[in-house]
Amino acid sequence: MKKKFKLVDLDCANCAAKMEGAIKKIDGVNDATVSFLTQKLTLDAEDARFEAVLDEVVRVCKKVEPDCQIVR
Amino acid sequence: MSKKQKQTLWRILASAVLLAAAVLLPVEGWLRLCAFLVPYAVIGWDVLWRAARNISHGQVFDENFLMALATLGAFCIGEYPEAVFVMLFYQVGELFQSYAVGKSRQSITALMDIRPDYANIERGGELVQVDPDEVSVGDTIVIKAGERVPLDGVVLEGKSTLDTAALTGESLPREAEPGDDVISGCVNLSGLLKVRVTKAFEESTVAKILDLVENSSSKKARAENFITKFARYYTPVVVIAAVLLAVVPPLLGLMHWTESLNRALIFLVISCPCALVISVPLSFFGGIGGASRAGILVKGGNYLEVLADTEIVVFDKTGTLTKGVFNVTAIHPGECSEERLLELAALAESYSDHPISRSLREAYGREIDAGRVTDVEEIAGHGVRAEVDGIPVAVGNDKLMERVGVEWHPCHRVGTTVHVASEGRYLGHIVISDEVKEDAVQAISALKAMGVRKTVMLTGDTRAVGEDVAARLGLDEVHTQLLPAGKVERVEALLKEKTGRGKLAFVGDGINDAPVLSRADLGIAMGGLGSDAAIEAADIVLMDDKPSKIAAAIRISKQTLRIVRQNIVFALGVKLLVLALGALGMANMWEAVFADVGVSVIAILNAMRALRAGDR
Repeated sequence: MKKKFKLVDLDCANCAAKMEGAIKKIDGVNDATVSFLTQKLTLDAEDARFEAVLDEVVRVCKKVEPDCQIVR
Repeated sequence: MSKKQKQTLWRILASAVLLAAAVLLPVEGWLRLCAFLVPYAVIGWDVLWRAARNISHGQVFDENFLMALATLGAFCIGEYPEAVFVMLFYQVGELFQSYAVGKSRQSITALMDIRPDYANIERGGELVQVDPDEVSVGDTIVIKAGERVPLDGVVLEGKSTLDTAALTGESLPREAEPGDDVISGCVNLSGLLKVRVTKAFEESTVAKILDLVENSSSKKARAENFITKFARYYTPVVVIAAVLLAVVPPLLGLMHWTESLNRALIFLVISCPCALVISVPLSFFGGIGGASRAGILVKGGNYLEVLADTEIVVFDKTGTLTKGVFNVTAIHPGECSEERLLELAALAESYSDHPISRSLREAYGREIDAGRVTDVEEIAGHGVRAEVDGIPVAVGNDKLMERVGVEWHPCHRVGTTVHVASEGRYLGHIVISDEVKEDAVQAISALKAMGVRKTVMLTGDTRAVGEDVAARLGLDEVHTQLLPAGKVERVEALLKEKTGRGKLAFVGDGINDAPVLSRADLGIAMGGLGSDAAIEAADIVLMDDKPSKIAAAIRISKQTLRIVRQNIVFALGVKLLVLALGALGMANMWEAVFADVGVSVIAILNAMRALRAGDR
C-alpha cells in the first residue's frame, strides 16, 4: 500500500536524505521517498503491517530529525 | 516569515547588540568571558542543544555539532568575539536559507495554483457551493463567468470561451459550446456554462497534473543522485582531514596546537554540503515548475537532463505533426460542377461509417436525405456503388474504377483520392487528406536551431503522403508505410546512430505509440488536453499538442542544467578554495562560515532562476 504523508518542520535537506535512507532499511518497507522540497513522505509498505511499519518509520525519523513531525 | 523565523530574527538582533556591548566593555579575564558568553548563549543555545540531543540519538556529525565544536573551540583558544561572531553569522545565514527555501516553495506552489476550490451544483432549484470532491460523475454543475472549471465534463448548455493558460501556457482562448469537452483547471471567461461531469475529482485533469508535478521531485536526476552520494562522502572526509590537520602538525612540531586547532575548526565548519544538497534539487524543481507554466509537463528531473542532450527527434505523423483529421482538400470535377460531384459522392457514401464518408458528408454540409440513395453496395477495399436519385454512381478508389470499366486519372495532389463515376463516365475526383499543424514547420526549424542533429518522421501512411509532409516540414529523414513493429525497428536502428551523450526522443500521440515511447530515451506525448493514455505512457506531455513546444522544452532543460552546473561549480569551488586557504592558515572563521552558509544562500537564489527558464 502506498500512502503520502505531510512533513512538518523539515528544515535540513541532508536530514531528509538521511531519513529516506533510514526508512528504506526498515523491514516491511518496499520503497520510500522523502521530498525536502514538497515536504512530503511517500511510503510504500506491506498492507498487512502498514500501521506497525508506520510506527517504526516515525521512530526512525525522530532519531534523525527530532523536530520533524509526520502528520498521520 | 514564519513565527519561528521571526523569533530567530529577534535573537539575532539581541545578540548583535549584546556582542557590541561585550566588545566595548573594558573588562578582563573571567568577566570578559562571561560578557561574551551572554550573546553566545542568546544566539547559540539551540545549536548546542540540538548538537547534544542528536549525539545522544547517535547522529554525531551534523551541522549543529560542527558549529558547536567550532565556536566552543574558538572560546577555548581565547577568541571570544570570533566565537560569538561566527555563531551569529551562521544563524543569519541559516535564517536566510530557510527564508529562501520557503519563498521558492511558495513560488512553485503559486505557479501550480490551478486547483479549483469549489463547484456549483444545482440542488433543489438552488445553486449550492460544494467541494469538488463531493461531486459525482453524471452530476450537473454550473460554471459562472470568471470561475475556474472544477471538474472535467461535457457542456450541456451555454456558450463561452475558456482560458487554458494555466494548463497550456496559451493565452488564446478556446471556445466551448454544447457537446464540447471542458477540462478542469481552465477559467471560464465569458458566459455561463452548464456541464455534465464525466470524471470524479481525483481522476480529473487538474488533479492528475498537480499529482504529476508533485511526484516529479521523486524521479531524481542523475545530478541529484550524484550530489546525494557525494554529500555522504564529503562530510566524513573533511572531518577526518580536520582531525588530521589538528593533530599531525603539532605532533611534528610544525606549528602550535592552537593554530592547528583553529585551522581544523575552519575545516569542520565547511564540511557541511548543504548548499549543494538543497540547491540542486531545487533547481530541478524550479525547472519543472517553469516548464509546466509553459504547458509542458515533465514527469521528473531526470527527464529534464535527458531533454537537454536530445540529438535525434523522431516524430509520429498523424496526430503529432498533422492534425489527425480527414478533410476534403480538393475537388476536381470533370464535366459537372464541384457541388454536384461532392453531392453525389457524399450521398453515395452516406450509409457507410468509413472516415472517408464522414469527411465527404462534412464537406457537403447539408442534410443527407437518405431517401435519395438506394441499392447501396459496399465493396470492401474498393468503395461504394449506389443509386442516387435513380442514377447509378460508383464512388471509390482506382480499383473500383477499373471494375466499372471507367478511365480515371490520378490527382497530382497527395492524399486519398476518391474517384466518382456514373453511368460509365468518369466524373472527377475528390482529394481527402490530413492537415499539417500550423506550427509544425516552425517546430522543426526551431529544433534544428536548438542543435538537434536529426529530425525523423515515421508513419504508417503511404509513401507519397509521408514524403510530401516531410518535404514540406523540412525533416531530415522519413520512413513510410510502417507497421507498429516496423516503427520499433526503425527506432532501434536510429538509437544506434547516437553519438556521445546524445539522446533520442520520440514524439507521438500516445495511444498506439506505447512500445516506441518506451523504447526511446525520452517519450514525448501530445496531451490533447486530456488524452489519458498519453499522459500515462510518456515522460513529457505537451498539454496543447503543439510540436513547437518541444524546442521550448529543450531550452528550459538546458537553462536548468546550466544553473545546476553553475551551483555545483560555485559551491564546490568556494568550499575547496577556503579549505585550501584554511589549511595554509590564510583563512579565518568568517570565510569558513561564508563558504558554508553564504554559498548556500547564493546557490538557492540562483536555483530560483530556474523557475523563469520558461519565459522568453
